[in-house]
Amino acid sequence: MNPIARRIAARTGMFVLALSLVALAWETYKALGPEDGGALLGVRILPRTADFAMPHVWDMFSRYGRPEVRGSDRRVWVVVLAGGWYSLRLALAGFALGTVVGVGLAVLMARFRIVQRGLLPYLVVSQTVPLIALAPLVVSWGGKLEIGGFVWPRWLSASVLGAFLAFFPIAVGTLRGLSAAPPAALELMASYAASWRQSLIMLRFPTAVPYMVPAFKLAASSSVIGVVVAEISTGLKGGIGRLIIEYAREATGDPPKVFTAVFGAAALGLTMAGIVGIVDAVLMRNRPREEPA
Amino acid sequence: MSVTSNATGDVAVNAAVVADRVDKTFATGKAARVDALMDVSLTVRAGEFVSLIGPSGCGKSTLLRIIANLLEPTSGTVSVNGKPAARARLDQDYGMAFQQAGLFDWRTVRKNVELPLELKGWDSARRRARAEEMLALVQLPEFADHHPWQLSGGMQQRIAIARALAAHPRLLLMDEPFGALDEMTREYMQGELLRICAQTGTTVVFVTHSIPEAVYLSQRVVVMSPRPGRITRVVEVPIAGPRSEDTRNSEEFFRSITAVREGLRGHGAAGAGADDR
Repeated sequence: MNPIARRIAARTGMFVLALSLVALAWETYKALGPEDGGALLGVRILPRTADFAMPHVWDMFSRYGRPEVRGSDRRVWVVVLAGGWYSLRLALAGFALGTVVGVGLAVLMARFRIVQRGLLPYLVVSQTVPLIALAPLVVSWGGKLEIGGFVWPRWLSASVLGAFLAFFPIAVGTLRGLSAAPPAALELMASYAASWRQSLIMLRFPTAVPYMVPAFKLAASSSVIGVVVAEISTGLKGGIGRLIIEYAREATGDPPKVFTAVFGAAALGLTMAGIVGIVDAVLMRNRPREEPA
Repeated sequence: MSVTSNATGDVAVNAAVVADRVDKTFATGKAARVDALMDVSLTVRAGEFVSLIGPSGCGKSTLLRIIANLLEPTSGTVSVNGKPAARARLDQDYGMAFQQAGLFDWRTVRKNVELPLELKGWDSARRRARAEEMLALVQLPEFADHHPWQLSGGMQQRIAIARALAAHPRLLLMDEPFGALDEMTREYMQGELLRICAQTGTTVVFVTHSIPEAVYLSQRVVVMSPRPGRITRVVEVPIAGPRSEDTRNSEEFFRSITAVREGLRGHGAAGAGADDR
């Protein structure tokens, strides 16, 4: 088996093992824990183990195979998959937008020190604004926007909010990477009378790649969070965020159902991470890599 | 006397480098003012191999960077191939090599050698042909498609030399290029460098910490001292003809080493061919 296939197999194995351990812990606590929860030093701290609070793992999974509502022929897994696909596209659009903005800002900040000094603090501040507060604003701004024949679709607001979370790690990581070129390499480029643009493309960006890859990973999961939260807070239909809200309303009557949507959202995050992993592997080929022992 | 204090007339015409009364002061703060170079004048003839040697802080690397126009002198002038240093840099009149080979990990060996040609706007066929030629010159043609991190330190340094010479500059500026190599590799590389220079007729200005290295490679060794950085002595190495491993055991070799060492210690007694200033 070649090393890459072995690494993938090992990772998949570890992943399945970790999931099984979580499921085992869940079921063990459910079997042993107090039905109505428990108090420790007068504080209710132990969760209730009754079926409506902690459904069995197998109930959650079997719920995927049954119809969404009684008498419907749409099964839950179809609905969750469709919702995940919808949100994935929004998250990818948000990620792409965040990448363009983040990399663009990083290049500006690397080029002009004054921009870096003036802008960076505001970027940090921007991330402290609660997304839920921002979501309705973006929707209403978008609704008022009309450029030529362009009409702002509702889903774009969700992508923009995904981008709002995604651009930050990319801007910071890329800026660090663009500033990481060794002085000798910069001198070398200067000795060839290279322009700033030439050293940006031939030296600074390649140097930045190892800094950008972890930033992309962070941004990928951030864009999913942004999209899911935006779906919930703007009431956008069709995505996994909306499903979580809808299914949560039925939690008392159909406890396992809400978990199907939550797992769907988790799978969505993993898919994004997987896509970024592929990008990582492509960008980092031809680089020295410490082989894990 | 081969070191001129005044670069005029014929000297400048066939001189590769003329530094005329160069001062360099680094003002790092209000209190701290470092005189890196004071009144340094040096002429390097075309085809000559000149080493700059001295303890840390004597300004030898600073002088090299001023010649390369990577630093501006505080006062004084530098010309390279008869033009101002700034013009020479824009025309890529020189190649440069550093202690760290500084190859780009993401490029193949071939693409690393092609880098300066790419920046000159050569088309890919011409670049490729020149890279092949340069890799043959440093005797590593079979590694063209490897990546730098797959090669040893000595090989990487040979690639860096190939890169520095790719645009066929007439002048090569080297800043302790073999400083990070082990002694065996280092001596091998010195032989390689002399072979390459003889083959290409390149002028070399070479910064080093090592006395034997300076003497083995150079026609002239420029001894510098710190605070302020200045040239204290220029030692002519009277070894005629091409150098070989036997050179390292010759009488002249040892005499020149002694002369350089005395120059570094600041002894007044002049050694063979030494020129106190």
